[in-house]
Amino acid sequence: MTALVEMTGIEKRFPGVHALKNVSFELRPGEVHALMGENGAGKSTLMKVLSGIYPRDGGEVRVNGAAVEIDGPRAAQALGIGIIHQELSLMNDLTAAQNIFIGREPRKGFWRLDEAALNRQTAEIFASMNLKLDPRTKVERLTIAKQQMVEIAKALSFRSRVLVMDEPTAALNDAEIAELFVIIRRLKADGVGVIYISHKMDELKRIADRVTVMRDGETVGTVAAAETPVNEIITMMVGRALSEATAVQPGRDGAEVALEVEGLRRGREIRDVSFAVRKGEILGFAGLMGAGRTEVARAIFGADPREAGDIRVHGRPCDIRRPSDAVAAGIGYLSEDRKHFGLAVGMDVRANVAMASLDRFTSRAGTLDEAGMGEAARRYIGQLDIRTPSDRQEVRLLSGGNQQKVVIAKWLLRDCDILIFDEPTRGIDVGAKSEIYKLLNSLAEQGRAIIVISSELPEVLRLSHRIAVMCEGRLTGILPGGPGTSQEDIMRLATMREAAMEPAEEAHA
Amino acid sequence: MMTLEAPEPGIAGRLLSTGAHQKLLAFASLMLLLIGFSLASPNFMQTANIIAILQATAVNGVLAVGVTLVIITGGIDLSVGTLMTFCAVIAGVVLTYWGLPLPVGIVAAIATGALAGLTSGFFVAKMKIPPFIATLGMMLMLKGLSLVISGTRPIYFNDTPGFTEISRGSLIEAIIPGLPIPNGVLILFLTALAASYILNRTILGRYTFALGSNEESVRLSGVNTDAWKMAVYALSGAICGIAGLLIASRLNSAQPALGLGYELEAIAAVVIGGTSLSGGRGTILGTLIGALIMAVLTNGLRILSVAQEWQTVVTGAIIILAVYADMMRRRRM
Repeated sequence: MTALVEMTGIEKRFPGVHALKNVSFELRPGEVHALMGENGAGKSTLMKVLSGIYPRDGGEVRVNGAAVEIDGPRAAQALGIGIIHQELSLMNDLTAAQNIFIGREPRKGFWRLDEAALNRQTAEIFASMNLKLDPRTKVERLTIAKQQMVEIAKALSFRSRVLVMDEPTAALNDAEIAELFVIIRRLKADGVGVIYISHKMDELKRIADRVTVMRDGETVGTVAAAETPVNEIITMMVGRALSEATAVQPGRDGAEVALEVEGLRRGREIRDVSFAVRKGEILGFAGLMGAGRTEVARAIFGADPREAGDIRVHGRPCDIRRPSDAVAAGIGYLSEDRKHFGLAVGMDVRANVAMASLDRFTSRAGTLDEAGMGEAARRYIGQLDIRTPSDRQEVRLLSGGNQQKVVIAKWLLRDCDILIFDEPTRGIDVGAKSEIYKLLNSLAEQGRAIIVISSELPEVLRLSHRIAVMCEGRLTGILPGGPGTSQEDIMRLATMREAAMEPAEEAHA
Repeated sequence: MMTLEAPEPGIAGRLLSTGAHQKLLAFASLMLLLIGFSLASPNFMQTANIIAILQATAVNGVLAVGVTLVIITGGIDLSVGTLMTFCAVIAGVVLTYWGLPLPVGIVAAIATGALAGLTSGFFVAKMKIPPFIATLGMMLMLKGLSLVISGTRPIYFNDTPGFTEISRGSLIEAIIPGLPIPNGVLILFLTALAASYILNRTILGRYTFALGSNEESVRLSGVNTDAWKMAVYALSGAICGIAGLLIASRLNSAQPALGLGYELEAIAAVVIGGTSLSGGRGTILGTLIGALIMAVLTNGLRILSVAQEWQTVVTGAIIILAVYADMMRRRRM
């Protein structure tokens, strides 16, 4: 059987970086081939070479046995290679159909658009995917999962034989992932080859046939997905074995309550949420996308207004109306979107660490104490093991895990003893994840109260002393952490909808 | 904010969609102004005054339509005002200095506009100069060139019979007696209609919105984004050429010193009309209403004998109010 895609000896250099070194990769028809590796291992670069975004510096690409030159996205499309990028690349202001056929709009004559044909052809693709969606819906009104489906429909509309999916499930909940897998299996049965990039081991076991692991721009090896133990794959990725410590957390029942929230409400997003976090405790927040976890965090932090609800910090009532009130009360919020809300990525580590505490480094005359800021930044670089050449390095040049540590340093310097982490390990690779976990544990041991919002159940289970579960704006239960609680227990609470909700919505909630 | 399941866009849904909302808001403001001024002064709702308002809308309206296209791509064009003047000067050179027939002058003005727009587009798309800077440079270059070519003197069109008819005559009155709507207004509506058609029914329009929505993704879809962006700037430039003809015809002269400040009025009309400065969304109808609001304000305040200085202050306040109202509405959604 001829391979759909065969890449051999691929070389790619960027200024100062040897990004791909003699990389080989093969994709067969009807196979889901997972591509794994830590961030920066070269997966995305390899796929950009395949899809014509980067020219290669050496090596050979064969599609259906024939050597090809792929010199642009158009050429890749013509060869039947479709790519679904990690950051969804849809145009929010256009409809689903307009997005799918961008660049290939059906026309009447030279430049008039044929909207009817556009919507009809899109409806046909949706029907073939078993997807119930009006082609005329604007993309901005769709859930992330539905947007993902639109991306897949777009790739399919090219009659792609090769589909590259770069972390397709990063923003999906379990039900949506199941939907996605149904579609992937159908594509497989049609002989389409899928290259699947993901960090999530359990998914690979469910969907992949083979796994190729990359590290530092090189291929480490290709193994069968089903037969190879997860630990072995992880070892291939990081080049060392990771300890699978499911840290069972001792209870913190006796400790002082640091943060207490009662009757928090806002519209349909937050409905009567009450809970408390003690000093030294990690409270996990689990739930599906859109369950209202981030909204709760933002309301507590004063980033969004709340309609009702009392917040008490160390027993004292605290009327938090804006983030500065929260910070003054010692609450720090680490947003799920570091680049947009947590960091000034164009500025250096020193400036970012000092960002929330600038008044401390300002002299009476209004000048900044650069030396003092540098000293503080270097202290945290050592303490949190931030890997950066110096405190003057621009933050955008750091890896995701190290960027996250810079944000943590910022709040620690501000003396925040209540820290809310929203998806602290999103987009961070396996090795760096366990470091962040260790850091969170030690922060808790130092007596800080920590809230961790996470969509990854193993993460919540591993970190939390107690687990609060939300569904549709309500807190549906608080479970104890540790081995007594299973993922199923959490899912049950996370899907505990109000009886009044129509079941019709259930299928794609 | 939670992402909700999109409902079927029925008639009610479409009326209440984001774009329609803003248009309703702008339209309601326009109506309010009209009612307010007619109550305040009996002279306001006279046919002659309404015609004067429409006539005053024509030039700014046409410019605003042009700049709407560029703004929807996520860009901005600061050169529309001086480009308008430059096109008028070129028409003066062709018609008065060279003595060529009227149609040649018209084509020359519009072609000059398109060419200048294409140049701006080249700076932005190919040389990757931010639109604000590229068109700021164009604005100054065109202002200087107008003065150089004309020798800093106005060029009159006394030798070209029918030139003033472009703006002042009334084809509509010739067909429907008693409805003396000047040609300038007719041209504004035809330009708006054409722009609206291009925006909503053609491939160029689709890419205009797509560029403003997510340019990188359009590029990765294999579309030649640079070429299309240049096409949008060229079209906008051609529309400035039309505006140049309108203003020259109204003044029966090309005034080389004129033009600066028109770009800001045009952008103001676009913003009041609900087009997002960050690109991706906007309507020609909204821009038209925006331009009308500005003309009605100026006219109404003058009738109420408010000093011109204060008219400018009020216009500025209206812009801030319009954008604030739009943002409040968005936040509530």
